[in-house]
Amino acid sequence: MATLLINLLGLIAIAAIVWWFWIAPRKQRLAAIGADAQMQVLVKDGVYSPDRIRVPANEKTVLHFLREDPSPCAEWVLFPDLEVSAQLGVDQLTEIVVHPKQAGEYPFHCQMQMYRGTLIVE
Amino acid sequence: MGITKDGAAANKTAAASQTFQLHGVSCAGCVRKIEKALEGVTGVDEARVNLADKTLVIQGSAETAACVRAVESAGYGAEPVQASARVLREQQREEEQRHYHHLLWRAAIALGLGIPLMVWGLVTGEMGVNNTFQQLAWGSVGLVTLAVLVFCGGHFYTGAWQAFRHHSATMDTLVALGTGTAWLFSMLVVLLPQVLPESARHVYFEASAMIIGLINLGQALEVRARGRTGAAVEKLLQLQDSSARVLRDGAELDIPIEQVRVGDKLRVRPGEKISVDGRVVDGSSLVDESMLTGEPVPVKKSAGDLLTAGTLNKNGSLLFAAEKVGADTRLAQIIQMVKNAQSSRVPIARLADTISAIFVPAVMIIAVVAALVWFNWGPDPKVAHMLVVLTSVLIIACPCALGLATPMSVMVGVGKGAENGVLVRNGKALQQATDLNALLVDKTGTLTEGAPRLTDIESRGNAGALLQKLASLESHSEHPLAEAIVTAAKQKPLSLSPVTDFEAITAHGVKGNVDGTTILLGNSKLMQREGVAIDEWQQKSEVLSRQGKTAMYAAVDGELAGVIAVADPIREDAAAAVQRLKQLGLRIEMLTGDNAATANAVAKQLGIEHVHAELLPEDKEKIVVAQQKEGAKVGMAGDGINDAPALARADVGFAIGAGTDVAIESADITLMRSSLHGVADAVELSRATLRNIKQNLFGAFIYNTLGIPIAAGVLYPITGMLLSPVIAGAAMAFSSVTVVTNANRLRLFKPTRVAAKQVEHTNNSIGEGDS
Repeated sequence: MATLLINLLGLIAIAAIVWWFWIAPRKQRLAAIGADAQMQVLVKDGVYSPDRIRVPANEKTVLHFLREDPSPCAEWVLFPDLEVSAQLGVDQLTEIVVHPKQAGEYPFHCQMQMYRGTLIVE
Repeated sequence: MGITKDGAAANKTAAASQTFQLHGVSCAGCVRKIEKALEGVTGVDEARVNLADKTLVIQGSAETAACVRAVESAGYGAEPVQASARVLREQQREEEQRHYHHLLWRAAIALGLGIPLMVWGLVTGEMGVNNTFQQLAWGSVGLVTLAVLVFCGGHFYTGAWQAFRHHSATMDTLVALGTGTAWLFSMLVVLLPQVLPESARHVYFEASAMIIGLINLGQALEVRARGRTGAAVEKLLQLQDSSARVLRDGAELDIPIEQVRVGDKLRVRPGEKISVDGRVVDGSSLVDESMLTGEPVPVKKSAGDLLTAGTLNKNGSLLFAAEKVGADTRLAQIIQMVKNAQSSRVPIARLADTISAIFVPAVMIIAVVAALVWFNWGPDPKVAHMLVVLTSVLIIACPCALGLATPMSVMVGVGKGAENGVLVRNGKALQQATDLNALLVDKTGTLTEGAPRLTDIESRGNAGALLQKLASLESHSEHPLAEAIVTAAKQKPLSLSPVTDFEAITAHGVKGNVDGTTILLGNSKLMQREGVAIDEWQQKSEVLSRQGKTAMYAAVDGELAGVIAVADPIREDAAAAVQRLKQLGLRIEMLTGDNAATANAVAKQLGIEHVHAELLPEDKEKIVVAQQKEGAKVGMAGDGINDAPALARADVGFAIGAGTDVAIESADITLMRSSLHGVADAVELSRATLRNIKQNLFGAFIYNTLGIPIAAGVLYPITGMLLSPVIAGAAMAFSSVTVVTNANRLRLFKPTRVAAKQVEHTNNSIGEGDS
């Protein structure tokens, strides 16, 4: 009985991992940002919040990153496809101007890719 | 090109806004009062107070001091926030130092608990819970461990929870799950030993504490090692001065660099750094630009010359007008470019990127599967084995090493490039520069100085007198060769005479009257047309042509007076650089608009076998395309005059030296120094960086692909032992330190030099120039 229970728990854990980390995020709702609204992204505890940001294509958008995590992981935020990056000061607002030309999804992350987010350009 | 545009945009935004920290602000009423007070200040377009972080952001061109006065008049305090990169970096460093000490403390406390517990376990072997006394004793140890876990590793648990809520999993998740499982299992043993078989009643508090301690220690070492990877940018930032001496109302005034405006007159004394970009108004001095260009010889600057922020004034006092300040200076843009490149993506890392995106959940699944395998098919004690395997797999897996492998090497490599005057646009350029097999080099301005000089003058009578007449005549011509003759005369110095009846005869030469004599200067066709015999000097003229010089006949009153030659001198280090590039396995081809004879002569002196002469500007791009179609990886080096399209088209475009802005825009790699050696430096550096990246990636892949199965117990049948979670923790903590340390090895990179040959050639070309 115990054997069955533990095996079942193990399988449920695997299914839960797959669902929570890989399937569910795709259904997630997106944070939206208008062309002239200014958005603040909090960098804390290993996550950007919000971590999905909608911006218009072919327009300059200013993102404000507020870093509260002093660990070196959080020091840089990189938008590799846009070739934009910034060094974030602890407890400081850092302005980052993005100007994506084409619609699509552009990931942004820290150097180690532990902090991750997506810029959705429409 | 994305960088420059987006980067520049970011800079402009920053330059137009000022941020102040406010004091004494507590309510919405204060906000309105301050904003109202600022409305009256000239130059304020918009003032916005953020009550949450007590800051004030002012848009517009208002003076900092005026804004502070306005806020103070409203009854509050304001102090400007120094947002310059240098200050930010200093704050960052202090923060890093604090964080480093924090991590060390946490490590010391956690290890202070973990090590005695581990020693106790090893010496006495009594880690089991079999009676009430042991239950009480281990229960207390468990509570102390919990306190240590929360105090020293609290950030792992909050981080893991935050990430979990956002459907993401990080290294924190692995650490939190691994140590959490070990602690929970041990607590279960303490509280309800009866539910477990006797052989499995073993506590693992020491493992939780040790793992947290070791990972904190690893992170502390990593913070240290990482600090050094940014050393190059640090050096550039240190070039920025913090204050400038401005001339205001006749008095010299020291003001913070942030307050210098375009048009301000600045004074720089001997031994001082130049604070902003500008143009000399008065005075002359030698300026050391080596920190930006790598060019060791100081440059002479006098009225009208450009000065670059960050360079060092050597011996004279200069007065100059600020042309570019703040984020617009060349130095600031170099720093921005280096920073952007340091964080850009390298194509080789794509696989690592894909893996790190799914890494943590995948490891969690592997851990569960391994645990189930041990539970169902492993030997007794099954539950204990299951727990050890689960914890070890979670702890040993290191997404950081994988994630850090590329960025750390790129960071050091690009920074090292900047130190050597090589500015790499992005990681892609860095990678492509490693496998170039052909390099097309534009002759003018790259292999040669780009400014023709008078090299030879042979005459029947007084050479000086002939030069004076020819220079007078040529001062009316707009031909580039004419300028060389006029400059040579002015340097002697000879004063020019008035010219009458000047006539420029296309594709032949010039004609005119100077001091009552008729002067002709041009090629053999001109002499033929005017009926002047050239037999006497023809041979000399041919010799000069074969040396790559443009020879011209000079006639006075219908009689041949001599031959004069003008050439664009070969850069003194070009031959050595070509030699180095050949040794790097590159096929060098020369491109030029010049005639084939001159081009071949230059190519021969430099040891270049392939020459494309008499090209029109658009032909250069066509040659790049043609070679690419043949499967070659083509690099193109030029100064951007006429070759910007070819630079952009090539796999890697190298903009040489003082090149034009267009060239720097279209190039993948910008060389601050006007030397082809920069291309060789860039190729060597990119190869060294790629090698380093490959070592790091290989190490990180091997570490994880070996570590995870070992932690899962594949060696158990051979060794009869499972990997201790503590050893897994140590391995994990030090794997990322290893990656960062290996990347730091790149800091030792030094470009090779062919020193002897360079000196020898320098002497030759100086001799040529003076003849």
